[in-house]
Amino acid sequence: MSTPRGVTGSILTSSTDGAAQTATAPFGHALVRAAEKNPRIVGLTADLGKYTDIHVFADKFPARFFQMGMAEQSLVGCACGLARTGYVPFATTYAVFATRRAYDFIAIGAALGRANVKIIAGLPGLTTGYGGTHQGIEDLALMRSIPNLTVIDPCDATEVAQATQVIADHDGPVYMRLLRGVVPVVLDEKTHRFEIGRAKLLRDGTDVAIISTGLMTGRALEAATELAATGVSAAVLHVATIKPFDRDTVSALLARFPRVVTAENHVVTGGLGSAVADLAVEAGLKVRLRKVGIPDVFCESGSIPYLVKHYQMGAPDIAAAAREVLR
Amino acid sequence: MTTLTPAADLRQIQQRAHTMRRHVLHMAEIVGQGYVGQGLGIADLLATVYFGELRHDPKNPAWPDRDRFVLSIGHYAIGLYAALAEAGIIPLAELDTYGADGSRLEMSAPETTPGVELTGGSLGHGLTQSVGMALGLRLDGKSARVFNLLSDGECQEGSTWEAAMAGAHHGLENLFAFIDCNNQQADGPPSKVMGLEPLHKKWEAFGWHTQRINGNDPAAILAALAAAKTVPGRPHAIVLDTLMGRGVPLFEQREKNHFIRVAPEEWAIARSQLGEAAP
Repeated sequence: MSTPRGVTGSILTSSTDGAAQTATAPFGHALVRAAEKNPRIVGLTADLGKYTDIHVFADKFPARFFQMGMAEQSLVGCACGLARTGYVPFATTYAVFATRRAYDFIAIGAALGRANVKIIAGLPGLTTGYGGTHQGIEDLALMRSIPNLTVIDPCDATEVAQATQVIADHDGPVYMRLLRGVVPVVLDEKTHRFEIGRAKLLRDGTDVAIISTGLMTGRALEAATELAATGVSAAVLHVATIKPFDRDTVSALLARFPRVVTAENHVVTGGLGSAVADLAVEAGLKVRLRKVGIPDVFCESGSIPYLVKHYQMGAPDIAAAAREVLR
Repeated sequence: MTTLTPAADLRQIQQRAHTMRRHVLHMAEIVGQGYVGQGLGIADLLATVYFGELRHDPKNPAWPDRDRFVLSIGHYAIGLYAALAEAGIIPLAELDTYGADGSRLEMSAPETTPGVELTGGSLGHGLTQSVGMALGLRLDGKSARVFNLLSDGECQEGSTWEAAMAGAHHGLENLFAFIDCNNQQADGPPSKVMGLEPLHKKWEAFGWHTQRINGNDPAAILAALAAAKTVPGRPHAIVLDTLMGRGVPLFEQREKNHFIRVAPEEWAIARSQLGEAAP
């Protein structure tokens, strides 16, 4: 009998990476908690309320929730207008639609105008098997180049929840990637504290540094465990804020580790790996760097495990990259 | 507390419009070029809004309860600056700096200038943000209203219609859109570039209470605003047919006048023609 056939599935296949612990709709519930404290928080979506977890907020605060229909320019523009009347709007859609369809509205309405708008972007990178139309593979590169904008790629349910509260309290435009549905818990909510612009050393080491962002941090920690079993000591630095980039922490780490792997749920052009490489060159540091991420292609559709393996985005691939830079 | 609707009568509005046209010519002459046709063509609307309708406080442009005047079409800044100066929001003398390096009065209006609600210029933004402002003001229980000035060419941007749908869907009776049909966009008249007519029927079909009037007639603008305010539960579109360069026959008759180039000796003629047209 042949192995079972992998199935692409729906747009919204929760990818829990086999996590021992998970949380459901961490963004939606965190937004409700933030909104209970701050009556100026409002929510909007472009026909994706159910699929971006903001339905939890909409059910609780129907008068503070605005359905904008399938119209992402209107979604972002309207959020900016609400911000200009003193509200704190959270606008949700998929990363591909926010950044590809509403780019000018984020750049001019939100960022140039410094509107206090939070854009929450679902299906980042390979979190859907639905193919190139729905996989937000280059959003960080696009958003990172916009002045004034804060760009966040949280790692897990703990960080999604913490970051939701933090950006609600932060005055300024934010683009945050969303992990929705059933989301792995990687970080301990008692010890981890998300701060805008601060990278966190989650594990120290002596041989190689793994610098990761978003859900790749969970896999980086797995890779470090796997490497330790073979006698390789890997540090893991989690860079949840892509912009403003924590240059101090990253350059201090690069100064300690000439052998570096970056890991991002994003194309390897223009994202975290590029930021690290820029910094190393600017600081005059000689590093051997290997970037783990989506290659410069639009991805196939397929099941998440198939895609992660196919594009070499798993924990074993990070470990292999570490061994390669150590060779 | 503060300024309410200025109770200017029709004659005063016409005088303001005339003075604003002088300011427009003055600014354009200093830089030697520019969107003088738009500034002259929209002066009647801006004078009517700023001196007949808008509740605002010139001493406190950020007054939270103010009506918002949102200029989508950033290149009409020359007209807006004339209105802001007449209204006392920016100093008259500052108009001399229009378009100069380092000036607040950039050729396309930036929101860092007092009285400019947002940075327009990338067309199709203004109405989307106006919808959000109108929602926010309604949510706050404020009676303040949002007046957005768009252009006919701007109605070719899809986002304008996304916002038009949203304004009607959310029943924003505190939202007013003025659509300036001066029949001239960068590459020529809309009928040649990308046909828009019947434009007022499009707004009607999108669920807006719609009127179409002569946009160079302040009495007609006042009447349209009065009529709009009697219609509850829907946003209001007022489609304005205007003449670019209005008040200066030299410019009214100029072809391809989206961005006018004016010979140095023509400014004196323009000033004299405008003077003759004084109300």
